[in-house]
Amino acid sequence: MTSPSSEPPVIQLSAVGYTYSGPPPVQALRPTDLVIRRGEHVAITGPSGSGKSTLLNLLGLLDRPTQGKLEIDGIDLGHASERDRAAVRARHIGFVFQSFHLLPHRSAIENVMLAFVYADVPRRRRYAEAMSALGGVGLARKAHALPTELSGGERQRVAIARALVNRPSLLLCDEPTGNLDTTSTKELTDLLGGLHGQGATLLVITHNPVVAAQAQRQIRIRDGCLSEQGPALPHDPEMLRDQRDPWTQEDPGAHFGEQNGGSHARPGV
Amino acid sequence: MRARASSRRRSAQTRSRFRLADLTGEAIAGLLQRPGRSALTVLGTVAGIGGFVAIVALSQTAAGQIGKEFNVQDATQVTVNDTGARSGPDGRTMDFPMNADALVDRIHGVVAAGVWWPVNFGNISVSALPPSADGTKVGLPVSAASPGALTASGAQLAAGVLFNQFHEATAQDVAVLGKSAAAQLGISSLVNEPAIFIGGQPFTVIGILADDPRLAQFNLGVTVPESAALRLWGSPQPAGPAQMLIHTKLGAAQVVAEQAAVALQPDDPKVLTATAPVNPAQLKKSVTASFNAVFLALAGVALVIGAVGIANTTLVAVLERSSEIGLRRALGARPRHIATQFLAESTALGLFGGLVGACLGVLVAIAVTVAEHWTALLDARIVFVAPAAGAVIGLLAGLYPALRASTIEPADALRR
Repeated sequence: MTSPSSEPPVIQLSAVGYTYSGPPPVQALRPTDLVIRRGEHVAITGPSGSGKSTLLNLLGLLDRPTQGKLEIDGIDLGHASERDRAAVRARHIGFVFQSFHLLPHRSAIENVMLAFVYADVPRRRRYAEAMSALGGVGLARKAHALPTELSGGERQRVAIARALVNRPSLLLCDEPTGNLDTTSTKELTDLLGGLHGQGATLLVITHNPVVAAQAQRQIRIRDGCLSEQGPALPHDPEMLRDQRDPWTQEDPGAHFGEQNGGSHARPGV
Repeated sequence: MRARASSRRRSAQTRSRFRLADLTGEAIAGLLQRPGRSALTVLGTVAGIGGFVAIVALSQTAAGQIGKEFNVQDATQVTVNDTGARSGPDGRTMDFPMNADALVDRIHGVVAAGVWWPVNFGNISVSALPPSADGTKVGLPVSAASPGALTASGAQLAAGVLFNQFHEATAQDVAVLGKSAAAQLGISSLVNEPAIFIGGQPFTVIGILADDPRLAQFNLGVTVPESAALRLWGSPQPAGPAQMLIHTKLGAAQVVAEQAAVALQPDDPKVLTATAPVNPAQLKKSVTASFNAVFLALAGVALVIGAVGIANTTLVAVLERSSEIGLRRALGARPRHIATQFLAESTALGLFGGLVGACLGVLVAIAVTVAEHWTALLDARIVFVAPAAGAVIGLLAGLYPALRASTIEPADALRR
């Protein structure tokens, strides 16, 4: 096994910025440095319009940065061809969305198997692996249920199974609990915590302080600027009390940079 | 650095794929997602392809029917008519030269040829007894004919002989009777060289025709040599101008017809008009063309409607399923994979429409054929071409929606 210093980070942003070409041009993400290492659990929080979606689209290779260098698993992908970016999306990144994005006419296992289509997984292996992924999120018994027959929490677990089935380097979650009730949210945070415990690299964008508090690193984004916060206590009473809008307080953190990110580097898993 | 290099290599090796089996499966799943809409969408294609198949099958069948009913006899007969353009003050005219038979016989492909015309119009009576005997007079048609005309008419003898070049050249007063005419005149045997009297003029009966010559005139009446008729009654009257019968070899009728007038009247061929039988091949074509003209246009309109329907449905599907498109892009689909999927869906719609249309078209054609007691004829290739044509239409109809689908930005699509 390579030492942590020689292994490339899962995500490395070097002065990555994004500007909507307007008119007038809007700088949605100011030039940012960010390193996320293997096995880290990172929460990104911020008010609406702060640039969360922009950051997620850049990290998920759904959009291209207008400046800077974006590397995933050491591969420079900011300016790579769509072919290479699609290949990385297929195998290195798992997506979990707020609205689940399950195909409504397909059963849970068929939705999971959709992730194999573009990743070039042999058809004979697909069913067993999808079933095992569904078992991993505790839904093996509902493998043949349609999404309409599943609760919100179950749907999101199907989506997580779909995101994990190709064993990605990075799990990108965009408001994973945004459409869930508190019980399901609890189940989902437990599931994410378990995944982190198994060594998965998680990046969760969330409004929910409980979900954010579970992460080992918290990054706040505001007006296109990233700032790192210290690891929050899981049961920070102040955060729990002020759930309606925890972002109205003044941002205590300094602008986030590579030197800060480096301090949070974890040993390789 | 080593890890980075190996990662890059891995990425380059393993690009995202969209296998044919997956493509087919996804396209079919996409269509079955809304089976009712898919079925309605293909109706236009079904109508168009079905129409084409039915029309082609029916026109082929009809053309085949015409071919069967065309008999060889009709196909080998050319007639040359005297237009009467050079008629004299009394209206009578004879524009066929006396050696007309010989002139036309020289044309390649001619078996026999001869001139004939009707002589009497009720004013010349025919009797088996001399005028002095005042016997029963029978109203029989009398025709003048050259020896070649009788041969060309396909006349077969029941008894005796036909008149020949000798009788013609010497204007002999001889006659050939049709079978029914002989019966009416009471002549059953030629042993005693019976005579008949046409307008009081005696003619020796030298032959009696068997049934079924081409011209009823010869079969029902009395035929005398052309030269004798000219001598006794003059040129053909305006009401019954002279006509030439030409019996040709099979397939030569058209060519002979083109040459006959010039051969007979090199100085003024326009006074004669030659008529060939309709070429069976041409007739088939014209039947097909008349079918084509009306119905193929309708089927074409149905096909265009079908194509527009497929294009519309696919475009609606693209817009409806934009979040699915975003998801697929997030799962590693490239724009071309998205485009191929929607192209495959529209092609499958077209193919399905073509298959159903071909089946319905054949069924319609068979139903009509059975109702008309025809023999169904259908080029088997059409059964395979029709679904392929449907698939091509679906493919073309899907081009624009597929392009639209491939240009949808995944980040935008996933936000919905």
